[in-house]
Amino acid sequence: MDNTSLGKIYKDGEIIIRQGEFGECMYVIQSGMVQVITHRLEGKEVLIAELGEGDFFGEMALFEKEARSATVRAKGEVSLITIDKKTLLRRIQQDPSLAFRIVEKMSARIRKLDEKYSRVTANDRRNWDSRPRRWISPTPGLK
Amino acid sequence: MKSHKITGQDFLKESGRQSSSIQLKNGSRVGVVGGGPAGSFFSYFLLGLSDRVDLKLDIDIYEPKDFSKSGPQGCNKCGGIISETLVQHLAAEGINLPASIVQRGIDSYVMHTDVGSARIETPLHEKRIGAVYRGCGPRGTEIGRWDSFDGYLLKKAIEKGAHIIKSRVDSITFIDDFPQLVYNHPEASKQTYDLVVIAHGINTSSLPNLDKIISGYRAPGHSKTFIKEYHLGSEIIEQYLGSSMHVFLLKLPRLEFAAIIPKGDFVTVCILGENIDKDLVSHFMQSPEVKSCFPPNFALDGGSCQCWPSINTRGSQRPFCDRVVFIGDSSYSRLYKDGIGAAFITAKAAANTAILQGIATEDFKRSYWPVCKRIDSDNQFGKILFLITKLFQNLRFTRRAILKTIITEQRKPQGRKIMSTVLWDLFSGSSSYREIFLNTLRLSFMGRFAWNSAVSLINISKEGNKGE
Repeated sequence: MDNTSLGKIYKDGEIIIRQGEFGECMYVIQSGMVQVITHRLEGKEVLIAELGEGDFFGEMALFEKEARSATVRAKGEVSLITIDKKTLLRRIQQDPSLAFRIVEKMSARIRKLDEKYSRVTANDRRNWDSRPRRWISPTPGLK
Repeated sequence: MKSHKITGQDFLKESGRQSSSIQLKNGSRVGVVGGGPAGSFFSYFLLGLSDRVDLKLDIDIYEPKDFSKSGPQGCNKCGGIISETLVQHLAAEGINLPASIVQRGIDSYVMHTDVGSARIETPLHEKRIGAVYRGCGPRGTEIGRWDSFDGYLLKKAIEKGAHIIKSRVDSITFIDDFPQLVYNHPEASKQTYDLVVIAHGINTSSLPNLDKIISGYRAPGHSKTFIKEYHLGSEIIEQYLGSSMHVFLLKLPRLEFAAIIPKGDFVTVCILGENIDKDLVSHFMQSPEVKSCFPPNFALDGGSCQCWPSINTRGSQRPFCDRVVFIGDSSYSRLYKDGIGAAFITAKAAANTAILQGIATEDFKRSYWPVCKRIDSDNQFGKILFLITKLFQNLRFTRRAILKTIITEQRKPQGRKIMSTVLWDLFSGSSSYREIFLNTLRLSFMGRFAWNSAVSLINISKEGNKGE
């Protein structure tokens, strides 16, 4: 590791957090990129997002006692600063404005998810409407 | 249905800000005396928060130093350690410290005593402490080799919209209750502001007699420190010091704390204590524990740069009045440690107060003063801790016991390492002094330390060293 870098270096493909595990910290990307992925029941990987310098992830673990909702792995070499839950929450208690940026980013993510969800729903509806269908009687027993 | 848009300023009016008699308004002017970390943090956060509430402010930062220069011309004289906590807070605020300003990431502490040395590894095996230069390095450093920490923060404030005036402020006066800064500049020499923020630290001769101008203000108490830079070259540093900060628990009269910090091609020696003078420095530098950190026959009386800056030992009194607030070292700082962390805290608290509360004495008293008092009350725990450390420093069997406890703890792959945590937090400034103090009161810790002390005392008696 470069002596002048802060944080910890993860190599390409290295798992930083794993979906389903419990965590006590969030991460801020100093340099490089990470991929946020989820694993479906059938084992298929779905890429949710790619994050770069200045972005953070794992923040949900700071505010709720739930398992990590996604796996995050390094895309190329990445350098990360770990932020401890205790350090951050204590500081937020003294200076709530420290949470502004986190809330802002979380809000942006919800907005993106909303947009994505709207697009997916619209596509589903279009697919449904264009599907050839049999006439189904609104009342059972009647044709 | 008719919708009503609530602006940031509506929010401020509705959230009790109207209780202040003096407020910043659109177009208000703010003068910041000093472009060190406190002044830059203040400007950065003030402009960030004012933008959130749709308030347009005009900020001038007065800083005569050129941080792109090496040696005393660009330096703000400090050990240059960015604590673990501050690195995390900055990261959470979106201020990432680039590799060009971090001369070395510190991943461990090595504690040296006359009875041996022990390494304390960072709890997460991650470099979260940054060794930086406030300017561009000691005298003779190649220009452009590194970037200055202070210069980086100042650039961040300028990017947010602050203006820089490269001039020293000579005095402050009041014109119709508005503070006016008098300075020496070819184009102008006086500027009147809605708010003046004093962040000039304690190592400056600018703005003398502030206690006579600002009613109730008393400057902070301070004591002298010693800082010296040696050029060793990166290979020798790797071999002798690595990425560790080296701290010394030596039985030297008047010595409170001493450390050697590796930074790029240089090492920084910092000594804190009572009435530091050449004698104390010479005794420290000639001790075998310090010499072991340098190559044999290295000329320790040489060095690239040295200074005797002041460090806060007591907070100021009443660091605010209507339209004026003191931040950073000019106000309150942490005892012996994490001065930049305290600058971050006081600067942000003052910025939040100015935007969300107001800029009258009452506003600072209600919202800013408790933050200063919290630093002050924590420093009282710090004084107790440094007193205990000094006591242990003077007794050989306790020095042995501390070392033994650390070595035992560091060998354990898992489990609680209270002594290591206490010393890590004390050296790095990562926790509040109160928290460190409460950690030392744990029964398991006290029991183990008492046992190791007893064993050390018996061993020393057996060795025939009963002199202490």
